[in-house]
Amino acid sequence: MEANQAHTPPAAGDQLVSVSGLTRQFPVGRSLFRRATSFIHAVDDVSFQLNAGDSLGLVGESGCGKTTVGKLLVKLLEPTSGRITYRLPGLDVAEGPENVPLEASAINGRRLRAFRRQVQMIFQDPYESMNPRRTIYDTIAEPLAVQGMGTVLDRVDMVSEILMLVGLTPPATFLFRHPHELSGGQRQRVAIARALVVEPSFVVADEPTSMLDVSSRTGIMNLMQQLAHGLGIAYLYVTHDLAVARYMCHRIAVMYLGKIVELGETEELLRNPLHPYTRALLSAVPVPNPEYRRGPPSIVGDLTAPIDPPEGCRFYDRCPLATNHCRDNPHPAFEEKAPDHWVACYEV
Amino acid sequence: MITPPNFPPPGSASDPPVVEVGHSRVRLLIARTRLALHSFRAGWSIFMESAIGVLSLVIIGIFAIMAVAHPILMLTIWDVDTYDPVTGYAFDQVDQPAAPSWRHPLGTDPLGRDVLSQLLWSTRSEFVLGITAALVTVAIATTVGAVSAYYGGLVDVFFMRLADLIIALPGISLLIVLSALFKLNLFYLALVIGILGGFGGTAIILKSQALSIKVKPYIEAATVAGGGHFHIIFVHIIPNLLPLSLLYMMFTVTSAIFAEAVLSFLGLLDLRMSWGIMIHTANTGGYLMGGTRYWWLVVPAGASITLLCSAFYLGGRALDEVVNPRLRRRHD
Amino acid sequence: MTASAASPVLKVVDLSLRYLTRGGEVKAVQDVNFELAQGEALGLVGESGCGKTSVANCLMRLLPDNAQLVAGQVFLDGQDILPLSEDQIREYRWQRIAMVFQAAMNALDPVYKVGQQVVEAIEAHGVEPTLSLARERVAGLFRMVGLDPALMDRYPHEFSGGMRQRAVIAMALSCDPRVIIADEPTTALDVIVQDRILRELKGIQQRLHMAIIYISHDIAVVAEVTDRIGVMYAGRLVEYGPTAAVFRAPLHPYTAALMGSFPSIAGEKRVLANLSGEPPNLIDPPSGCPFHPRCVHATDVCRQEIPPRVERDDQWADCWHPLEEVPSLQPAKAGGT
Repeated sequence: MEANQAHTPPAAGDQLVSVSGLTRQFPVGRSLFRRATSFIHAVDDVSFQLNAGDSLGLVGESGCGKTTVGKLLVKLLEPTSGRITYRLPGLDVAEGPENVPLEASAINGRRLRAFRRQVQMIFQDPYESMNPRRTIYDTIAEPLAVQGMGTVLDRVDMVSEILMLVGLTPPATFLFRHPHELSGGQRQRVAIARALVVEPSFVVADEPTSMLDVSSRTGIMNLMQQLAHGLGIAYLYVTHDLAVARYMCHRIAVMYLGKIVELGETEELLRNPLHPYTRALLSAVPVPNPEYRRGPPSIVGDLTAPIDPPEGCRFYDRCPLATNHCRDNPHPAFEEKAPDHWVACYEV
Repeated sequence: MITPPNFPPPGSASDPPVVEVGHSRVRLLIARTRLALHSFRAGWSIFMESAIGVLSLVIIGIFAIMAVAHPILMLTIWDVDTYDPVTGYAFDQVDQPAAPSWRHPLGTDPLGRDVLSQLLWSTRSEFVLGITAALVTVAIATTVGAVSAYYGGLVDVFFMRLADLIIALPGISLLIVLSALFKLNLFYLALVIGILGGFGGTAIILKSQALSIKVKPYIEAATVAGGGHFHIIFVHIIPNLLPLSLLYMMFTVTSAIFAEAVLSFLGLLDLRMSWGIMIHTANTGGYLMGGTRYWWLVVPAGASITLLCSAFYLGGRALDEVVNPRLRRRHD
Repeated sequence: MTASAASPVLKVVDLSLRYLTRGGEVKAVQDVNFELAQGEALGLVGESGCGKTSVANCLMRLLPDNAQLVAGQVFLDGQDILPLSEDQIREYRWQRIAMVFQAAMNALDPVYKVGQQVVEAIEAHGVEPTLSLARERVAGLFRMVGLDPALMDRYPHEFSGGMRQRAVIAMALSCDPRVIIADEPTTALDVIVQDRILRELKGIQQRLHMAIIYISHDIAVVAEVTDRIGVMYAGRLVEYGPTAAVFRAPLHPYTAALMGSFPSIAGEKRVLANLSGEPPNLIDPPSGCPFHPRCVHATDVCRQEIPPRVERDDQWADCWHPLEEVPSLQPAKAGGT
């Protein structure tokens, strides 16, 4: 666990991750002999910043590109265009001063190894995100083993320690189990342990609770908050559930078809949603209170796939406020309509 | 449409032992061994529940005993001059081939050699041939399948077209040509069958399985953990391919034994003795025409080929149930 | 009872079901009792493995081979359907009681046109005498669930998830059933689509005055669409009552824990209660109250004896230490950090 104690953890408030103009397209119908003519614009010109110790919720419907953003940030995917810069401890440009922002495209080779210690990911599916043939010890120790951190016995200690931290006690009863012997909630604890064992500064959590039962879900959400707070970890929380994002995050970014349409401090965004899509999303979330009456649905039509989207606002065809101006001009730019509350819409 | 009841029984009777590791590599090793034994026992009990699994094990066990019995018999009650499977001659018999008797339970062949001794002696080489061919096949096919699934692109295209080419070649005819060109002994035959199988159909099957493993989130998780290509292929993809590999290993044993029998029957192999050669000897002497009169020249070898091939095939089917839980019958 | 009708359309009495598995007997459903009046919506909630889907499968008489009915009766319009033969049950299934399946993806056969599959369901039960009448009926059903009747001649893969779920609802409605069981009808759908489908399902139910059972792990959904709610735990119905009353003041600590662990976008942000522990192993369920290992109020009596039934107005729960008043909801302090 003392893997990177040589480096001082980033002080809260430092800009940890900065994304600007991030775009990722996936070709449609490409084969060995045919070049793709259409592209899915999974992520299109997305920009945001995340400070050390901060938490950002990325919310949207399935297919809006939120998971792609997460994968781009942990370098599971390479962007088509745009920049991601990181200020990570122990990952400095060789000759520069401490904490010079590092471009994602410059991270490779030896630096990629250091990057993998600083940036981790928790996956959605607790059943599929662990190799069924490897024990819990193997799974959690994997980042340590591939990075050559500690001896085998050191790693047993480190894994035992982190198992206690995530509430799987006593560790000896879990070390040599296989994932299928654990419940969904326990597995997701193992997934958290695997991500945190290298003491990262930034974690992308991709819907870590969406496949869990109600009861274990709360445990995982509370655990993640405690650990992130205690260890000073910033996280990007990808989810389709606004209620979960509200509970987990300082700020929320709402995505629609590859674009962030609204970004703001959580309570402010929920109390005062500006973008018509955010409003529609909010009015559709069921509330666990039989006396609560929600407003009628405000948008029409169905979500389409962002294959070669037309010019104009992405939300034009479903928007209750849409005008010709929205159709004829490019997708609206991000504007700060209230302090730290950003919206991309012509009509608000 | 009924989802089977899925009640994970944490704390059921089949839990593996709790392992206190402490500060000792030996205890770590012991922990791992106990774990391996535990999962082996779990798989074993499923295998033993299937009737065909038990049947195949019994048959393979009998043949294994036969293979071991030959050298013991030669050292104890059988003298080399009479009972050697190739150079022996049954001086006690007047007519060759002689019908079964107390001294020669399966009779003698046209050249006066003891049929039982030939049968037992050949069993060992059939095992060696089958298992060598299977190991070669599986080693090649697993690696090729994993590598071409993982890298895709040109690597994939190369190996898959190669596999198509090998499948398109008529296997036995190719072996006939090869045996005409080279002196194929047991080892080379195993190697050729193994290579053909490994780069052929088995590679395609294992590749499609590897493709489904490659897209699992735990592969992404391994990348995020910092694992390189080598790590992912050998630690994550291949171990998950092994159950299927083992299955195809069983099927390859069958096809290797069968190929040997055909080639030997045609007299194309450079072997001292085998079940195929036993039938070949009977055939060249014209005894196959005699109907059932000289049955002991053909039936023991023929039956052995059939039984051992079926046993490995059935064993593969039973293994399939261990490997592939969907095929398992619900316990009722 | 919302509807004052003399006899309920569906009455479940002492239903117990077990599955025979490799590990032993799984006591999936134990002593479940409830009634459903015409036009009423009931929600069955609980964690996965609590037996709610098993109850639904009993009502539909769609049980896997290793399931064994231990005891109980299921009265549909006064007729006990459990002893009926497979041929007799076919007259009940779809015409009296129909099901909207959990995974709409799998409930439609990918090789047949969607409309055709509904037409076949209608023809198989002889509801309409001719093919053209059946097709007309399907077109009407499609309109009712908000699908364009022109989509009848499309294949399931051409439908989006929400459209498939609508088609499955149309299929369930095809033979005018008196009771509909909706097993996690919107689980795989996005919120906006989920919202629309729930609104439509509720509208249809009220218009046709059907009884409906929602089975869901999502208590927010159940809170919105049901009149009554049954909370299941470890195969037992532990609390039952009018939805509003149960949400206002749950009697059973499990119900309270379940509700306290659900985040909401409305109201003050609050700390979510942790329901520690795992659901019990139903092969060897805990003695006494099945919830005692996870219950903060558990005492010796809970560990040893089956809890008694406590009633408050229309609401009841099986508990030794029922909750008296509204559990205090702590205002947010640490949440969000």
